[in-house]
Amino acid sequence: MTSHILAINGVSKRFGGLRALDDVNLNVKQGSVHAIIGPNGAGKSTLLNCLVGRIIPDEGSVDFDGSTLLGHKPHQINQAGIARVFQTPETFGELTVLENVMIPAFARKDGAFRINAWGRARERKVVREEAEHILDDLNLWDQRSQLVNSMSRGDKRRLELAMCLVQHPKLLLLDEPTAGMSRADTNNTVDLLKKISERGITKVIIEHDMHVVFSLAETVSVMAQGTVIAEGTPEEIKSSPKVQEAYLGGAHL
Amino acid sequence: MSETVLTSDKAMGKSPAEKDRKNAGMAGFLSSSNSDYLMAALFALAIFTMPLWLAPIGAGYPDILQKFAIFGIFALGFNILFGFSGYLSFGHAAFLGAGSYAAVWMFKLLSMNAVLAVAFSIVIAGIFALAIGFVSLRRSGIYFSILTLAFAQMSYNLAYSVLTPITNGETGLQISRTDPRVLDNMFREPGAALPVPDFFGIELQGWPGFYFCATLLVLAFFLTMRIKNSTFGMMLFAIKSNQNRMAYTGFSTRPYLLAAFVISGMYAGLAGGLLAVTDPLAGADRMQWTASGEVVLMTILGGVGTLLGPVIGAAVMKYLEQIFSSFNEGVLHRAFDFLTPELQDLMVGITSPFVGEGWHLTLGLMFMIVVIFLPGGIMEGLRRIASATRGRRAGSGDAN
Repeated sequence: MTSHILAINGVSKRFGGLRALDDVNLNVKQGSVHAIIGPNGAGKSTLLNCLVGRIIPDEGSVDFDGSTLLGHKPHQINQAGIARVFQTPETFGELTVLENVMIPAFARKDGAFRINAWGRARERKVVREEAEHILDDLNLWDQRSQLVNSMSRGDKRRLELAMCLVQHPKLLLLDEPTAGMSRADTNNTVDLLKKISERGITKVIIEHDMHVVFSLAETVSVMAQGTVIAEGTPEEIKSSPKVQEAYLGGAHL
Repeated sequence: MSETVLTSDKAMGKSPAEKDRKNAGMAGFLSSSNSDYLMAALFALAIFTMPLWLAPIGAGYPDILQKFAIFGIFALGFNILFGFSGYLSFGHAAFLGAGSYAAVWMFKLLSMNAVLAVAFSIVIAGIFALAIGFVSLRRSGIYFSILTLAFAQMSYNLAYSVLTPITNGETGLQISRTDPRVLDNMFREPGAALPVPDFFGIELQGWPGFYFCATLLVLAFFLTMRIKNSTFGMMLFAIKSNQNRMAYTGFSTRPYLLAAFVISGMYAGLAGGLLAVTDPLAGADRMQWTASGEVVLMTILGGVGTLLGPVIGAAVMKYLEQIFSSFNEGVLHRAFDFLTPELQDLMVGITSPFVGEGWHLTLGLMFMIVVIFLPGGIMEGLRRIASATRGRRAGSGDAN
């Protein structure tokens, strides 16, 4: 096969009369950081939802690591090695920070379904230590016994990242990981994401913040009106007249 | 971000937090395991001594204490589904009823031994729950509740009509002297009197009946505690918190829910079996929606999702039922006899709709008060009292 971990070919999706995705082709190289940018309504989130099994495309194929993702349920896709950070943090609000990270670790250790109604969850040493390492790495160690509902939004995002990282995914999907963050938090997140790259996790990032995109991504795809209009290195994208017309020429820069 | 962050797995293994984390962890493990047994022991002590400490409030007799224990088990099981996973079933009485029928059939066909009857109740209720849960769990939220309610009402109506050969319809299923009772009759001649459910020779009426139910309640409580702290329990709480996240975290949530549904149905079956053990009779009214609603009220009254709450809620409700339904106008007149005759008549007129047959009015009022002022139930009330007294003690300490 190719060195592409993710291959999207000719994907289209209609919602009634609206063509949300129109013949999207996109390949993500193994180990790379691939950003998808584009104005609101360009179809970025719809594309992401096609990858995780939330939306089933009308046409086209999505292949991950040599096998198709289409027709699989979200939990199967996660078990195949794709973890997702949501635009608004999706966490377990009534549980503690440590439990929030242990649960995804259990998904890796025990699979999609296994009943262990006797052994104490918090005493599963392998899982607990793994979760604790991640908390330590992401500076969440001091908050480990706190309930997630009482955390700030920025901390919740960091936690959600920890929940994904503890699963050692092959592909990490990030839907606007810095939305709603302060400049300092954004910079911390960028540093953090750069460091994750050293672990060889492939990442697809949807982002509005150009600073984040250009400091992280190796490849940038620009989407507009449901299709990919340009792809290249950050420098190429910056200087592409086509992109500037469709996107960068707007109010964003 | 600290310097060592995420550089390599090796560096992570030697992170500075490692040591104190380990120590804290080990201490935590030991104390948590011990506290499990301590809590179960305290619970057992409290349950087995109920005849003593409940005597002053007039609940120190076996009939009502059996009810406390049986409905405690029912509510414990219901809480595994509703309290842990957040799925509100409005049809749990179906499993209670199925358990009762199963137990009585066991008495009729095989033996009066309560162990066999109770085991059979659990199995039958489990199978029943598997079927109903499989269909009902295709939906969540209010639709799930409606589906379970529909199934329970169907069971209730079937028990009165098509299934009469099994349920004996309106008369209810009873034991009789001429039943086959294959196992019992192999060893001894059938007696002249109607047999009584027994535990290897001990007749389970009165106090022995209570201690049999109480022992099973303690076992059920311990099992629930283990489930709550287990990996399975953690997954149920996570589903309650954010089912969407669970799917994107790689969990197939429906089998977890189905397992919780079946376990909780088996608890209900056990409770139904015990109802038949203490009184070998099963009727379809045990499956009616009012019975399903009752266990919901018990759980909410005690405290949803807590361990002890449902047991307390069940006991409080059964106690109040006993008290208020036994009041009549005569009792009320005596209670208000310090007033002038006119006032006395007035007070009796006001209060009489709330007692006797109408005790459900009192229950409704009490339930409203709890839901509005104490959404966490009696357990939340106890917690508030505990923290208030602790606060006052700390406050007085500061003053000194």
